[in-house]
Amino acid sequence: MNSGDSTTDVREPLLKMTGLRIEGQAGERWNEIVRGVDVVLHRGEVLGLIGESGAGKSTIGLAAMGYARPGCRLSGGDIVFDGMELRGAPEDRKRDLRGVRIAYVAQSAAAAFNPAHRLIDQFAEAPVHHGVKSRAEAEADAKDLYRRLQLPYPEQIGYRYPHQVSGGQLQRAMTAMAMSCRPDLIVFDEPTTALDVTTQIEVLAAIKDVVRHLDAAAIYITHDLAVVAQMADRIMVLRYGDLVEEGTADQIINRPREKYTRELLAVRTYRKPDAGPPSEAPLLRIEGVSARYSRSARVLEDVDLEIGRRRTVAVVGESGSGKSTLARVITGLLPPEEGRIFFEGEALPPALPGRNREMLRRLQMIYQMPDTALNPRQRLRDIIGRPLAFYLGLTGRKREDRVRELLEMIELDPDDFIDRYPTELSGGQKQRVCIARALAAQPDLIICDEVTSALDQLVAEEILKLLQRLQDELHLSYMFITHDLATVRAISDEIVVMLQGRIVEQGARNDVLTPPHHEYTNLLLSSVPEMKIGWLDRTLAEREKRRARGEQVMESADR
Amino acid sequence: MQDALRLLGNSPWSARLGMLVVLFYVVVAIFAPVLTPYGESEIVAAEYEPWSSEFLLGTDNLGRDMLTRLIYGARNTIGIALITTVLAFLIGCVAGFLAATLGGWADQAIGRVVDVLMAIPQLIFALLILTIVGTAIPILVVVIAVLDSTRVFRLSRAVAMNIVVMDYVEVARLRGEGLWWIMRREVLPNALPPLVAEFGLRFCFVFLLLSALSFLGLGIQPPTADWGSMVRDNATLITFGDFTPILPAASIALLTVGVNFIVDWFLHQTAGLKDE
Repeated sequence: MNSGDSTTDVREPLLKMTGLRIEGQAGERWNEIVRGVDVVLHRGEVLGLIGESGAGKSTIGLAAMGYARPGCRLSGGDIVFDGMELRGAPEDRKRDLRGVRIAYVAQSAAAAFNPAHRLIDQFAEAPVHHGVKSRAEAEADAKDLYRRLQLPYPEQIGYRYPHQVSGGQLQRAMTAMAMSCRPDLIVFDEPTTALDVTTQIEVLAAIKDVVRHLDAAAIYITHDLAVVAQMADRIMVLRYGDLVEEGTADQIINRPREKYTRELLAVRTYRKPDAGPPSEAPLLRIEGVSARYSRSARVLEDVDLEIGRRRTVAVVGESGSGKSTLARVITGLLPPEEGRIFFEGEALPPALPGRNREMLRRLQMIYQMPDTALNPRQRLRDIIGRPLAFYLGLTGRKREDRVRELLEMIELDPDDFIDRYPTELSGGQKQRVCIARALAAQPDLIICDEVTSALDQLVAEEILKLLQRLQDELHLSYMFITHDLATVRAISDEIVVMLQGRIVEQGARNDVLTPPHHEYTNLLLSSVPEMKIGWLDRTLAEREKRRARGEQVMESADR
Repeated sequence: MQDALRLLGNSPWSARLGMLVVLFYVVVAIFAPVLTPYGESEIVAAEYEPWSSEFLLGTDNLGRDMLTRLIYGARNTIGIALITTVLAFLIGCVAGFLAATLGGWADQAIGRVVDVLMAIPQLIFALLILTIVGTAIPILVVVIAVLDSTRVFRLSRAVAMNIVVMDYVEVARLRGEGLWWIMRREVLPNALPPLVAEFGLRFCFVFLLLSALSFLGLGIQPPTADWGSMVRDNATLITFGDFTPILPAASIALLTVGVNFIVDWFLHQTAGLKDE
């Protein structure tokens, strides 16, 4: 917004952290997790902190409030907030600042709200406690802010409990709560990461509007460069607790200097070459499948789907669209109410116990959270070796050799890794092991359920490339369940778009991605943040224009 | 192994004391025949001899050496309590894991049976059954084990419930693994820490229940030496100001405290609790 505006630099900065050092406890030792970072923030400015997990961005965000998480300590440097030194300041002085002059918006609003109190009670708590407002004033202000943040029914929504509103609404209610005392500084810690793209765009717009309106300074923490490009005036790129690069949003996005920044920018540009139309009969065919969990409403309604050999079919949709349920139906965990599933032209028994070992072997699955998909008490040798013994009857030397072969296939050194436990691996390595376990069964089809969502972007990209290489070498088919359209663009041959348990559009990748779209596909596609300054404003203006012309614009179900 | 040694090196004094006590008891129990001057139920002198160089702790109501009986008592009481606890855990864990893994009707059925068993006070229930079916040692072991397995069931089911919802268990199901394999290889290793801690605690309760039953005359039967019945048989001595009958009771108390010290420390370690 005011990038390159030199007049802001003349004023005394609101927050100045110099040579900030933070240490974290690992067993007996203290490791430095932030190594001498300088942060300067002026009034009315939005600073973006970006980096992968472990970059120290959340830790720095919290340090701006003079706070260190349990197990961490502020070991060096100065934190000066509006002329006040926060490092080493007595706890009650810092407490007077927090919530009043500095506020914090956490990633998971659902976990940050107390489920036993109404939203408006939690809103009013800070201003009343700190004596800024009376209870009645606070409630009136809450409704005002709810309206400003475009929450539906702003007069009434505050009287609901946290579980009675959706995730996107809760995140906005939390932003309102952070604003309750009109703070000078707000720290946003990945406020939209847990949200669907169509919801994210609305929350981003609301946050941006309210920050601008109240002329507050903000620190915006995220791992998504495309998001921060929309929000921040200035961006700091962090890695392993060090500053990599700092500059105005325009500089970082359009003229990055460092290699690491360029890597981050290049993420999401990977494209699989076009495969052309499917040649053979489909490997998996789903006909008219409907399903429900006991006594609830139907979550799948009349789904037809085909997956060809050596093809990647991406199933896209928001949370609650039924895409994971579809995977459960295919694997037999949830027998369908109606419809049938054919594997190589043969009907599969609907329920898991009815399927024989050979059917199970040919259909494998990889999960979203590699942490919970690997038994923490088994070594990699056993994790990968078990399917070999179970399906293929390999034992002893043969089994050991095959495990090593598989480890090499997923680019992990067998000598180093074969005796490790999953807790001794990074997130990306764990996901690789999950892939190896699936490969061990020598499957024809692998269902990938959000396999890259829990990973950092650079790591996710490597996993996608690995999966692509394996498909080319081993002639696998993938069903790729995801909410991330960047992943879809990168890896799919065909795309299936799901909404509320139904398929709204399906076809070859380029057909679905090029207009004309189904209106829901359009909403999804246009909501994915682009790595361009001003994308958010342009997109919102575009939607507004269409609405003004009287065209129907589909809105997120989460509004 | 090195980790275990380092862990031991960092243990607090209470846990070390507990380990020392348990080690002492185990050594005494194993080497009972070597350590004792007389036979277990050998009558060596007149009744109620006072402490002397010949009979270090005097003799009991039938003229048997008190020290000998005390040492053999360690062997019998601890041995039987240990077997009973192991059996209780076998029954309880299998039932608990089954209930958690199968869910639905199996869970309900096992759960309600356990509720019924738990609704009746344990000591009264044990007394009732033992009076009806007699007090042979195998029966004693089975009855106490079944009654105690209800508590183990509750814990193992609760722990397993959190494990069976993990993706790795679903992976095993999708792979086509059998129930037994899932319980043994996926659930058990992850449920072990709280169960081991519970084992120590349960052992204490079984031990106390066994001693209580013996004191009431329905536990381990004479002439087998046992701490509970030793307290009862020699209780009259207390009226004469002799505290010898307290010794078996003190042995019970010391072991219970020792085991609890170890369990506390173990729970602290595995629960990942940090001193703030």
